[in-house]
Amino acid sequence: MAWDDGNNKDPWKSRGNQGPADLDAIVRELQRKIRGLFGGGSRPRDVEDRGPGGGIGSNVVLVVLLGLVGLWSLTGFYIVDEAERAVVLRFGKYTQVTQAGLRWHLPMPIEKVVTINTQEVVAWPYQGSMLTRDENIIVINLEVQYVRTNPEQFLFSMADPEETLQDVTASAIREIVGKNDLAYILTEGRLSIADQALQLIQTTLDNYGAGIEVILLPMDTAQYPDPVQASVQDVVKAREDRERLVADANTYASQLVPAAVGQASREILDAEGYRSRVIADAEGESRRFSQILAEYQNAPAVTRERIFIETLEAVLANSTKVLIDTEGGNNLLYLPLDQLVRRAPTDSAQPVGVTSLPASGFEASGADRPAAASGGRR
Amino acid sequence: MGSRFNGVLIFIALTALLVGMSVFTVDEREHAVKFQLGEIVRSDYMPGLHFKWPFLQRVYKFPNTILNFEDSEERFLTGEQKNLLVDYFVTWRVVDPEQYYVSVQGDEQAAVLRLAAVVREGIKAAVSRRDLQEVVAADRSELMNEMLVELRSKSPEFGIEVVDVRLKRIDLENEVSESVYERMRAERRLDAETIRAEGNREAVQIRATAEREQTVILSNARRDAETIRGEGDAMASQIYATAYSEDRDFYSFYRTMQAYRQSIGGSQDVLVLQPDSEFFRYLQNQFGTEATGN
Repeated sequence: MAWDDGNNKDPWKSRGNQGPADLDAIVRELQRKIRGLFGGGSRPRDVEDRGPGGGIGSNVVLVVLLGLVGLWSLTGFYIVDEAERAVVLRFGKYTQVTQAGLRWHLPMPIEKVVTINTQEVVAWPYQGSMLTRDENIIVINLEVQYVRTNPEQFLFSMADPEETLQDVTASAIREIVGKNDLAYILTEGRLSIADQALQLIQTTLDNYGAGIEVILLPMDTAQYPDPVQASVQDVVKAREDRERLVADANTYASQLVPAAVGQASREILDAEGYRSRVIADAEGESRRFSQILAEYQNAPAVTRERIFIETLEAVLANSTKVLIDTEGGNNLLYLPLDQLVRRAPTDSAQPVGVTSLPASGFEASGADRPAAASGGRR
Repeated sequence: MGSRFNGVLIFIALTALLVGMSVFTVDEREHAVKFQLGEIVRSDYMPGLHFKWPFLQRVYKFPNTILNFEDSEERFLTGEQKNLLVDYFVTWRVVDPEQYYVSVQGDEQAAVLRLAAVVREGIKAAVSRRDLQEVVAADRSELMNEMLVELRSKSPEFGIEVVDVRLKRIDLENEVSESVYERMRAERRLDAETIRAEGNREAVQIRATAEREQTVILSNARRDAETIRGEGDAMASQIYATAYSEDRDFYSFYRTMQAYRQSIGGSQDVLVLQPDSEFFRYLQNQFGTEATGN
């Protein structure tokens, strides 16, 4: 205890020895008066000895003094909030930490109380641009959230733990960022960066005995610095461009392929139609031929001749004819062929076709002929 | 009565004054050094209440908590002659108040200035031995430890103990920063163009794949269609052949007659004939004989 700290120069004792002789008497008198005040009429003679006037004056002084002492001791009451702890210092020496509730300490010059909120989560932001390992510059926004867990340490170990915390934070986040590459920090490394920084901050603070516990270090943003932002935006835009190009191409593909499938099935169907038609035509003509053949076999000569004559009849009926009997010996015959050809359409008042031929047995069926045969006609 | 009362008051006041002058408190956060006529007599006080002779002795107090000193940023040259802006902070405490008083007269500013000079020297030496990357990256804690060792070796001269030295900012100069930004922009541009090119490649691939598929589908369809047509033609040929081979001679005649009708005899055709064929034989005489007399 400070009172007997081995100095051997107890001022009370020495003053008692060295003080003037009067003082002893005065002290003794004071003691008697106090006794008188509390003892009431137990020693009335003392009061009478001193005379009535002095007794009354002393009593007033004592009451005032006691009142002052009472008031003084009242100043020792203090309230500790639930979230707070109070550190009690007696003549500057730490004595105890008190918990929540109404408390009393020895009044002011003797004991002093410092209350510290140990529950409140204090947060302040930190922003800075810093170098990464690959010599890029990155802007980090984070928030330090801490609690003053140990009031004793918080109060005694550092002059200003909270200011130091700011410096430690700045140092730690820069150290961790400096150990990592930009791309890593911006992407999957973000959480791990914040976590490592928190560990480093806590280790450093523990080394100082700061009495602070950092509970969270949320990294709000880790981003490119402003001068680079436009280019970063362009990368985002490029990704969208890529998506758009691919989507366009997919749209094109999704139109092209079904169209091709449709066209393909159309070709197949066309071909199947052709096959059916060709076969049907062949069957039809074959049957027609077989039937005529049957009649022909009954009377070959007549039928053959009839067909021959009917054909020539039909052929010659419609066309422009020039008959030349070469027996006349006139070889120099002028034939204005071009005029004949030009005149020909007007001559053909009757239908061009051969349908008007009376012969029924052998009739050309131009419209029914397969493509190969009808190709000759216009 | 009045004089005695006053006497008591004066006595109390004097006593209080004397007591006030002969006691002093030492806080948990303080060192105290007691001087007697300019000579240090004691410096190892524990926190609490202590006594001194009034007038004869006086007490100086210094903080014993960890103090924090941060310096403004300074320019340092790295091994490859690049300028770095570095700032740092030092945490320190007074451990030997007597020495502290003797060397810096207990003036915190003076102590800090001398400390800062040592730290700056330390950083300068440490930075100049490394290149930029090493300073920024993995080496930082090593660098700080290096300086810490040096500082600790010098700090007892001031009666202080250096707890920690930590670098805060290690930044490039503005002009250099600008070129870093330019490089970062170039890298982003490269990224963007790569992504766009990638998009183009993908799009072209998708289109080409679709077109190939189209070609395959169509040509397969044409192949199948031609096969089917061929089947039809083959069937038809077979049918024709079966029917016509019953009488080849008649078929030849019949088919020729059909062909005549189709190919000649149109109204635009001009036929120049010699009337000596079978058809014209009755143009010569009623019996049709000697039609081809010549």
